[in-house]
Amino acid sequence: MIDLHGYGWQLMQGLGMTIRAALAAILIAILLGLLGAAAKLSRWRWLRGIAETYTITIRGVPELILLYIVFFGLTHLLQWVTSLFGYDEYIEVPPFAAGVFSVGFVYGAFATEVFRGAILAVPKGQIEAAKAVGMSPFLLWRRILMPQVIRYAIPGMGNVWLVLLKATALMSVVNLDELTRKAFIGAGATRDPLSFFLTAALLYLMLTIVSNLGLEWLERRYSRGVRRA
Amino acid sequence: MDWELILESIPLLLKGLLVTFELVLLSLFLGGILAVPLALLRISRNPIAWMPVYAYIYVMRGTPLLVQLYLIYYGSAQIPGMQDSVLWPFFKQAWYCAVFAFTLNTAAYQAEIFRGAILAVPHGEVEAGRAVGMSPSLLYRRIILPRAFRIGLPAYTNEVILMLQASALASLVTIRDLMGTADAIVNRTYNPWDIYLPTALVYLIVTYALVWLFRKLEYRLSGHLRDRPATRVLAGAGPEPAQAGLR
Repeated sequence: MIDLHGYGWQLMQGLGMTIRAALAAILIAILLGLLGAAAKLSRWRWLRGIAETYTITIRGVPELILLYIVFFGLTHLLQWVTSLFGYDEYIEVPPFAAGVFSVGFVYGAFATEVFRGAILAVPKGQIEAAKAVGMSPFLLWRRILMPQVIRYAIPGMGNVWLVLLKATALMSVVNLDELTRKAFIGAGATRDPLSFFLTAALLYLMLTIVSNLGLEWLERRYSRGVRRA
Repeated sequence: MDWELILESIPLLLKGLLVTFELVLLSLFLGGILAVPLALLRISRNPIAWMPVYAYIYVMRGTPLLVQLYLIYYGSAQIPGMQDSVLWPFFKQAWYCAVFAFTLNTAAYQAEIFRGAILAVPHGEVEAGRAVGMSPSLLYRRIILPRAFRIGLPAYTNEVILMLQASALASLVTIRDLMGTADAIVNRTYNPWDIYLPTALVYLIVTYALVWLFRKLEYRLSGHLRDRPATRVLAGAGPEPAQAGLR
């Protein structure tokens, strides 16, 4: 029933790009999430304000429009920077950078909430105890907070990953050659959209299933030290 | 900022917003109708009932909505016999394809919300219903579903917001919703900033208006969960009782 007319390999390349883009975006999201959580829990009001504005804005605006804004914004910025060096040709931001950056930026807001919750879930007494034995802030972060924050954050970040994985399909609108765009091109060239989008859907489903298995494994691994009732 | 263009675009954008509302409300409503039986089947212990529903929900939640939308919009014409069937007048229009895709998608998410909510109804209340001799259908109608509705409301709010955000995807299959209208103006004027930023602002305002509205609704529906004023004073709680004990 499904005949890809020789475009199968193209879809596999698209799948590879989807995976790479998703991994790069989740890295940005984790980084922004940690920074955002630190800012939200900071003692400076202006820092908390910035983090609050960030998460509120992101959650209220569709990803698609943020993608366009980041895409055009980066293009603008790039043009301005190059014009400083006397180069006035039209330059477009590479689709990979635009897609990864905007999706990472969006999911960084969700990661912020996850990490904030995870940090708050660490019992206060442990932090006080660490301070009492004279740990430096960095040592406290590395030995007490981080190992537990990772464990508390895994279920939430797992969700963020699953949603982010699907959101990479949006990167097709800035012409990144990921799975959805490859399927779109194949569908147009062969006039057989049913086969192409079904295959793409199956491949995304496969990514989700593999991710779910991986996340289960991670959760088990990081809660080794926790007694189960 | 090109204020003239912005002012000129506002009526157009608001017209698009109406289309967005229509799309979201229709999909949520139809999805909700589908979701209740799906949730009940999903809870059933009979594998013939729950396994297909589980698979449906897994597939809908495990693939991008954009791909589902493309599959229905571009792919439906290829289904054998479709072009001769009575369904074709619907599937050849982008509007119905978008409503159909969003409905199927949100039905899966809403079914999960209802399932969680039904399972969260306190067991004692169900037993009490049985003890006074309620039939299963009466039990569902009078006890379980109303309680589940209240329990699931916060998650449902979330789904409404997510659906509003997701509806922007309809612009990619030619629908002139808020996003589609913005795209059309940008394509005409090539001025992304002055159009996309106000559009984002409209989405932002609508989102938080909805959040506010649902919070009011939650507050109204939770009178029995709040402390009475007198006990609150005795318990030494602060002057701001809103939402106490809700989360």
